[in-house]
Amino acid sequence: MENFDSLMHGFSIAISVPHIALMIGGVLLGILVGVLPGLGAPNGVSLLLPLTFGMAPVSAIILLSSIYWGALFGGSVTSILFNIPGEPSSVATTFDGYPMARDGRATEALATAFGSAAFGALVGVVLITCLASWIAGVALQFGPAEYFAVYFLAFSSFIGVGGAPPMKTVVSLAIGFAIAAIGMDTVSGSVRLTMGVDELVKGINFVVAVMGLFGIGELLIAVEEELHAKPVSSTIDWRTLFRTIAGLPKHWVALLRSAAIGCWMGITPGGPTAASFMSYGIAKRVSPRRANFGKGEAEGIVSPETADHAAGTSALLPMLSLGIPGSATAAVMMGGLMIWGLNPGPALFVEQKDFVWGLIASMYLGNIVAVILVLLTVPIFAALMRLPFFILAPLIFNVCVVGAYSVSNSYLDVMLMMGFGVLGYLFKKLDYPLAPLVLAIVIGDKAEDAFRQSMLMSQGSLGIFVNNGLVTTLVTAGFALLLLPPLFRSIGLWRNARR
Amino acid sequence: MSFTVKFTATLVAGVAVFAIAPQAGAWTPTKPIEFIGTAGPGGGTDNFTRAVQAAIVKNKLVDQPIVVVNKPGGSGAEGFTYTKALTGDPYHLVFGTSNAWSQPLVSKVAFNYTDFTPVAAMVQDEFLLWVKQDAPYKNVQEYLAAMKAKGSSAKMAGAQSKDTDETLTRLIGKAAGIKFIYVPFKSGAEAAVQLAGGHVDSHVNNPSESVGQWKGGTQRPICVFNTKRLPDTGKVTATRGWQDIPTCQEQGLNIPLFQQPRTIWLPLKVTDEQTAFYVDLMKKVQQTPEWKDFIEKSVQTNTFLSGDAFTKYEMQDLEQWKKVATEEGWLVK
Repeated sequence: MENFDSLMHGFSIAISVPHIALMIGGVLLGILVGVLPGLGAPNGVSLLLPLTFGMAPVSAIILLSSIYWGALFGGSVTSILFNIPGEPSSVATTFDGYPMARDGRATEALATAFGSAAFGALVGVVLITCLASWIAGVALQFGPAEYFAVYFLAFSSFIGVGGAPPMKTVVSLAIGFAIAAIGMDTVSGSVRLTMGVDELVKGINFVVAVMGLFGIGELLIAVEEELHAKPVSSTIDWRTLFRTIAGLPKHWVALLRSAAIGCWMGITPGGPTAASFMSYGIAKRVSPRRANFGKGEAEGIVSPETADHAAGTSALLPMLSLGIPGSATAAVMMGGLMIWGLNPGPALFVEQKDFVWGLIASMYLGNIVAVILVLLTVPIFAALMRLPFFILAPLIFNVCVVGAYSVSNSYLDVMLMMGFGVLGYLFKKLDYPLAPLVLAIVIGDKAEDAFRQSMLMSQGSLGIFVNNGLVTTLVTAGFALLLLPPLFRSIGLWRNARR
Repeated sequence: MSFTVKFTATLVAGVAVFAIAPQAGAWTPTKPIEFIGTAGPGGGTDNFTRAVQAAIVKNKLVDQPIVVVNKPGGSGAEGFTYTKALTGDPYHLVFGTSNAWSQPLVSKVAFNYTDFTPVAAMVQDEFLLWVKQDAPYKNVQEYLAAMKAKGSSAKMAGAQSKDTDETLTRLIGKAAGIKFIYVPFKSGAEAAVQLAGGHVDSHVNNPSESVGQWKGGTQRPICVFNTKRLPDTGKVTATRGWQDIPTCQEQGLNIPLFQQPRTIWLPLKVTDEQTAFYVDLMKKVQQTPEWKDFIEKSVQTNTFLSGDAFTKYEMQDLEQWKKVATEEGWLVK
């Protein structure tokens, strides 16, 4: 009840004309930033940070978090329409979103994504509201061993997705791990796999890799197939939009399951990326419609989007209460907090009640504003799909090149992006799954760091992974996801053979 | 009469020219300026970079816009390598720590401090020894005894490998005869969270990296690595402030002074006027209320070293680094 009173107090701060105006402005800017890949939410927020120096902290955080919401929604737009994920966490959305849009159901795909994203965010905020004071402690139980166990669980839940032969998945994962190892190694402090290119010390940026693998790779395939010579006919249909939104509740099982996965991964510091992959992987295992996954199945959009936004929202809690930013954007915001004179940490909830609860209240309002604005713009984005291929292809190419360059103003990144384009093309041609590669690029080095930190702490004993209830459960769940399906399959084969 | 007028006019004009001359001859920026932070958002170097930006922007010290860019890859090597290539470009300043000269000693990075024009060292950040709030030890001696009793399983967390945190850990280990397991994380903030969760025994964070957790009652400092106690800035928790924390030396841990400078550099081959402009600008920054506020909030020591004083300091520090790196076998050829 105390939390409820505080929330009402927060609403009284957040609902004012200037704050609502800031939300609308922030969300629109965010959508723009999210739609342009390469720019992305972290860059958008850090470019606008100086504008907030003169503002009151509450107004400043409302502006920045609105940009964040807008960018999260905007990032899904390019994933679905062009197969170019703007953020690591929207990669899983491309698996079913892009095929659906290519089928001429762009409006439906976008509406499904936005609707389920809004649901996920809402569950995340409600969770924060109810459990704010209690939840903070959960993240503290995560040491290196627990971190590794979570990453292991994410990898395990994903192996086998896409129906690729296990060996191809392992090859794809291994290449991803090798790419993730490039650059400075946190644990030894030495430089690895730079092959004489000094600039590679910074490692391979995720956005560069993904834009090549998905954007350019898809473009090469499309050019070859000449499938896209005709524009896809998709009518702008408001009725489709509303019917899709109204039809979302029939996916209630997927929505609830994904929201639960998302919240759990957001609070335990697994993060939105691992959450969306895990949610997609599990949906693919258990959904009654799993046969359609990868071909434009609505549940394949609902699962990652709901989990992504639930995790993204609940990840702000560890940032405020412990000073652990759950995402790059949250890290930039945390820098902002310090400049405004606030110290993230448990004390924030006691000393800066107005700020914390004003922010939480603004998360409700900001997400509602974002959903309305983004739904209003769906027809405009969907219309892009009707452009003829000879206009669209150079456009996508340009967006990828500019996006890769703007990550850190480097030509090397553009060259790497092209290289990844060829790799993506080869993967598709040879029928290797791309998803494990991307997952390994994104969390591969974190998993490695966590494993080696655990080994340092236990002085080389693997016993650290069965040391307490939490880590044992996580590791067991990981092995179960990894080993049970092939085990069942072989038992089934054995039985059939005996018959 | 006319002579006098002419003379006066000439004199006035002359004086005017003379008065304006240094102004007109001095260099001023005519394009936006980029500040490159060699650490990720939210870390000590990032806060330093953004504090300088905020002080300049709020007080309108420069007519041009200032953009902060984070290039944290390779423990900061990304930012230095990037700036090194911008020879002669006075619109890019790179912000770092002693890593400009210490990192090339211990890992094969593509830059060295000699690839940059030094502008200034502006602050010295402090180091403290932190333990978990509910740890049984009251003072440094009890802590050291407990760590010794653990044999070789005493764990110290820190940011990065072979950088200041690990160096200080080795110094403590040597001074007290303890064999620490040093566990490197990506940042001091991560190390602080690990201590709060009881996964390690201690860390040696800067004040700003852990003040939130101290206020929140998850960890507390037991001593500061300085020759004297920190200045009185009021209470941090209900009962204690930075000034109440004893120095490590007075507690019998003989490491008198360990600090980290925050440094600013230009690329090579910029003109002396351009360097002078930025040295002057940073001096002005130090006079602003925003800067004083930043120093007080982040509990750092204000200093200003430029020119020869900077170089002299740098050489002394480099010698220290060489000594530790040689002893630990960290040196790369």
